[in-house]
Amino acid sequence: MRVIILGATSGIAEATARLYAKEGADLLLVGRQAERLAAIATDLKARGAISTQVAVTDLAATTDARQELAGFIERLGGVDHVLIAYGILGDQDQAWADPAEAARILTVNFNSAAAWILAIADRLERKGRGSLVVLGSVAGDRGRRANFVYGAAKAGLATLVEGVAHRFAGKGPRIVVVKPGPTVTAMTAGMVRKGPLWASAEQVALVVRRAADRGGPVAYAPWFWRYIMLIIRFLPAPIFNRLEI
Amino acid sequence: MSRFQETDSILSWGRVVRASHMAARPAWRDELPGLLTEATSDGRSVLALGLGRSYGETGLNPGGAVIDMTGLDRIIAFDPESRILRAEAGLSLGAILEVIVPHGLFLPVTPGTRFVTLGGAVANDVHGKNHHAHGTLGRWVRGLGLLRSDGTRHLLGPDDTTGLFAATIGGLGLTGLIEWVEIELIQIASAMIDAETVPFEGLDGFFELASESSEAFDYTVSWIDCLASGPSLGRGLFSRGRHSPAGPLRAAMGAPGPSMPIDLPGFVLNAASIRAFNALYLWNGRRRSGTSRMPYTPFFYPLDAIGNWNRMYGRRGMYQYQSVVPLAVAADATRAMLQAIAEAGQGSFLAVLKTFGDKASPGLMSFPQPGTTLALDFPNRGDETLRLLARLDSIVAEAGGRLYPAKDGRIPPALFRSGYPDWERFAAHVDPHVSSLFWRRMGA
Ligand SMILES: Cc1cc2nc3c(=O)[nH]c(=O)nc-3n(C[C@H](O)[C@H](O)[C@H](O)COP(=O)(O)OP(=O)(O)OC[C@H]3O[C@@H](n4cnc5c(N)ncnc54)[C@H](O)[C@@H]3O)c2cc1C
Repeated sequence: MRVIILGATSGIAEATARLYAKEGADLLLVGRQAERLAAIATDLKARGAISTQVAVTDLAATTDARQELAGFIERLGGVDHVLIAYGILGDQDQAWADPAEAARILTVNFNSAAAWILAIADRLERKGRGSLVVLGSVAGDRGRRANFVYGAAKAGLATLVEGVAHRFAGKGPRIVVVKPGPTVTAMTAGMVRKGPLWASAEQVALVVRRAADRGGPVAYAPWFWRYIMLIIRFLPAPIFNRLEI
Repeated sequence: MSRFQETDSILSWGRVVRASHMAARPAWRDELPGLLTEATSDGRSVLALGLGRSYGETGLNPGGAVIDMTGLDRIIAFDPESRILRAEAGLSLGAILEVIVPHGLFLPVTPGTRFVTLGGAVANDVHGKNHHAHGTLGRWVRGLGLLRSDGTRHLLGPDDTTGLFAATIGGLGLTGLIEWVEIELIQIASAMIDAETVPFEGLDGFFELASESSEAFDYTVSWIDCLASGPSLGRGLFSRGRHSPAGPLRAAMGAPGPSMPIDLPGFVLNAASIRAFNALYLWNGRRRSGTSRMPYTPFFYPLDAIGNWNRMYGRRGMYQYQSVVPLAVAADATRAMLQAIAEAGQGSFLAVLKTFGDKASPGLMSFPQPGTTLALDFPNRGDETLRLLARLDSIVAEAGGRLYPAKDGRIPPALFRSGYPDWERFAAHVDPHVSSLFWRRMGA
């Protein structure tokens, strides 16, 4: 199993990579921070990965995703699964006041990710097999005052993935967007983690790993978010707008 | 934005002590210096946390900050040939076993639960059922990285001459943050354990079995029915085992099984139910006594089968009480303790008895010393329980013994000082910005 992970230093990505390592996969870890990638690579090797390689690059700054992807695949000698896990939470208040922050959140989480999705999907379609899992968020299911710029970017990704899945229907390749609820990772380190709905990166990773093999095009992590979001999406605006969520 | 968040979800494992903390959970070692600076800049003290399996107050720092180390759980280097593993301090012993067992390797020392971190295990210099053969985990530490609040990083090993290594092994997290640990592993031929259970009638039976078994068995421990009195005082089950010479090298995987979802109401645990449990346990053990081959998890970690079993004791929680007394007086002191418990009618679910060998730890504050150790769990019934524990304290003090800070939540400062004569030498190495409820209560 040859796996490319874009944004390998994210908590969910690392937990997912450990599952692949246990299966004895060949891994290519892509991210910005060389030292952190190296630390993960050593760990994954000890946990059973057959091989681990590291590529240091700023995924959000890519100008030619197709060409860069071709380079990754060549290094790995082919590819079976790809995970797109990078993203930033950003600062909603700042995004409201400063267009540059809003643009940054949208560019990293949507524009750049969309370019990678299209490049990878094209490759999978031409090969006729393989799967791509994209990390979305329940925040993309309905805009909330706390994080609607981030949420809008994730909503865009989900729509894109659904469209590609439609195009893939009845063909070999698979594409899935996994939508985690609040997860205990470095991204949420500054948030108050009250309430029973917080999941661990390991819980979400199990869903991500399974999504690459079956199901789709949308998976919630943990599963109960499907039902919570179903209710939240169908709440009439007058009621929704009075809720403190 | 502060990376510390106020939380009231940090409890001791015994759940007697509850407190609010400022907590941060870093994912990378390079974040630690900044977190230390942030925590201590407004005069707060800081403390590292592992998986919170300490029963008492050594892992609490109310009013101060804590750094949850469990996000730092990467293997840094692993060489099955040389049997050396270096890993970040937040990696759990269970996760280590998953990696090493398929290579025919095992932890040289393991406590009774695998849900402890490497850092926490070193900070308490944990012991296992093989203390007579292997001593404490600290004896197997080949090196560690310590980060002090002044930002200095120390690479410490058994050859350290400053005393900081000796203070950090068993140092209750007070000498700084342990960033990583390097340990030596032992070789095994299979993941199975050949175990044997032998019932005994009284304390003398225990001591006979203990001395007879220590040579031939890697692991020994026994369970005592601490409600039995009179002639059957000290009756119990002796369990001993060794790694099987042949069998699969399969690691136990994943998470614990079912979990205790709620606190049981206090009345569920009364003298009668504990008496019934103990009788049943003894009966069951006798029935199944003899030899069996089992995977390593149920042998070493029977309690891990139920997540959050500590909630069984209800909202008021429980005290665990673990003492060690020198061998010369062990029989008398243990008998006196069991008598005191039987008289008080306050049974314990778990009464575990074991002899420690004479393998010395490099740690200044390491708990084990040659002698007999008795560990007991008591549901917290307030004053009644504290009075019994005070009675046990006086027996331990008179016997020249000591208590295990990882287990207790109320060691009297005087008993701590008499039990750990090196404590002043240790105090000189304590990081000035690190503290815990335990350390403050000891008046240090
Ligand atoms: C069911 C059960 C059975 C047990 N059996 C045994 C046994 O047989 N033998 C035995 O010796 N113990 C035993 N224990 C106790 C347990 O092994 C210790 O309490 C252990 O230290 C807990 O590790 P932890 O990771 O949960 O650490 P915590 O409880 O979170 O912390 C323990 C101490 O370690 C310090 N610490 C944690 N991480 C670091 C770090 N990175 N750097 C510096 N300091 C750190 C903390 O400050 C604290 O003082 C048992 C506990 C349970 C619940």
